[in-house]
Amino acid sequence: MKKKSIKKPLTIEQKIRRREFLSFGIFGALGVAAYSGWKWLYHAPEEAAGITAGARQPLRRALNKTELFFRRLTFNESHLAKTYPVSMAAKTVRHNSDIGSEGDIDTAVWKLEVKKLNGQKLFIGFDEIKALPKTDLVFDFKCVEGWDQIQHWGGVTFAEFVKHFGLQTEAKLGYVGLMTPDKGYYVGIDMPSALHPQTVLAYEMNGQPLAAQHGKPLRLIIPVKYGIKNLKRIGSINFSDRRPPDYWAEQGYDYYSGL
Amino acid sequence: MRWTHWVNFPILGIMIWSGLLIYWANDVYTITIFGHTFVRFFPQWFYDTLHIPQRLSEGMAFHFLFMWFFALNGLCYVLYTLITGDWRQLWPNRYSLKEAWQVLLHDLRIRKTAPPQGKYNAAQRIAYSAIILMGAGSVFTGLAIYKPVQFYWLVWLMGGYHLARIWHFMLTIGYVLFFMVHVVQVVLAGWNNFRSAVAGFEVIDEQSKAVLNEKEKH
Repeated sequence: MKKKSIKKPLTIEQKIRRREFLSFGIFGALGVAAYSGWKWLYHAPEEAAGITAGARQPLRRALNKTELFFRRLTFNESHLAKTYPVSMAAKTVRHNSDIGSEGDIDTAVWKLEVKKLNGQKLFIGFDEIKALPKTDLVFDFKCVEGWDQIQHWGGVTFAEFVKHFGLQTEAKLGYVGLMTPDKGYYVGIDMPSALHPQTVLAYEMNGQPLAAQHGKPLRLIIPVKYGIKNLKRIGSINFSDRRPPDYWAEQGYDYYSGL
Repeated sequence: MRWTHWVNFPILGIMIWSGLLIYWANDVYTITIFGHTFVRFFPQWFYDTLHIPQRLSEGMAFHFLFMWFFALNGLCYVLYTLITGDWRQLWPNRYSLKEAWQVLLHDLRIRKTAPPQGKYNAAQRIAYSAIILMGAGSVFTGLAIYKPVQFYWLVWLMGGYHLARIWHFMLTIGYVLFFMVHVVQVVLAGWNNFRSAVAGFEVIDEQSKAVLNEKEKH
């Protein structure tokens, strides 16, 4: 539209010009500020390598804060992952990686090492674990990459394991750490998630003993976490009030990775 | 209202970009009809041009920060329109569907006259309300994928984890299509209209007398 005027051409023109100049000035300035803010964030230094590593410092802070928000507000032991009939479980279970569990292992020789708080170490054999009450779980396994698959696992719940081996004091701490025998893969789990009724130390898949590539002889199945936390071939377990080392948290992923 | 609109622009941009970094890790969606794949999300050249591959953890870190800004900004917009009563100019009424059709015919040069309109025409009412519902849809499908065990009821509402991820993806494609039409419309509407979206005032030519029309912060 053309701006015509008869009475006071200059005043109105000037008024329009002034407001235009001001508005677009502010608009532009905010745009530049937003862009610089983005530049700053994008080029923010990486966090100092520790329990977590590989993420931009401010983004790691945000991940940790967001974890607290969702842990406090939404995590509830009674929220169970949906379960399915056994017939829906995948026959060919997807296999992503062998980090920490390459090759085979002799179940008869294998022992699970549990570090107690008093410095004592338990060495638990496979048969001792199999003797505990068995829980079968058919649920939708979710990978951080975005795929999911209905899978059938069997084993003893972690809560039952704690009770049976007298680890109640240990279970009052904030975290549990699990590691493969070769220490090549390790995860840290917050205690509420570890004690969730569906968290299982699994020794069966589709009713059969675990194959080497699926974590023989004992692995973690934890439906309230992404697959990256479901450690294969557990070698040792320890308890701590500080976050235990976690393989993928050192590669820029969220430590919590809870679902 | 103008503020939230312009704040949303870069946030949504970052959300879509970081979303792509995440989607790449499991890029299974295609448009396939009778066994023939018409579109594959996304072709390799697309990823390469935008440097998408191998950045999943980075994408998640950005996505889970900017989701807060996206949701809060959307909430501000909705509260603002509710409190000021501006929603009345935006929300479709019972004539909107019929009038929107007439607007469409008019815009496509099929019909000579456009139906009378208030601040927004019927097509705009529908489009601008739909985009807000889509925003809410992105937040809720996002929550369903993000914490599927804790928000199991949301997952159920979305028709399962798989479907929730597909909705989430389709809404994003929807934003991109909306954006393209939106930009064309803004260009066609001209400078005066664009200025009003930035500065909040419009110059109206009334019987050769220019009137400065205060529109406040609409």
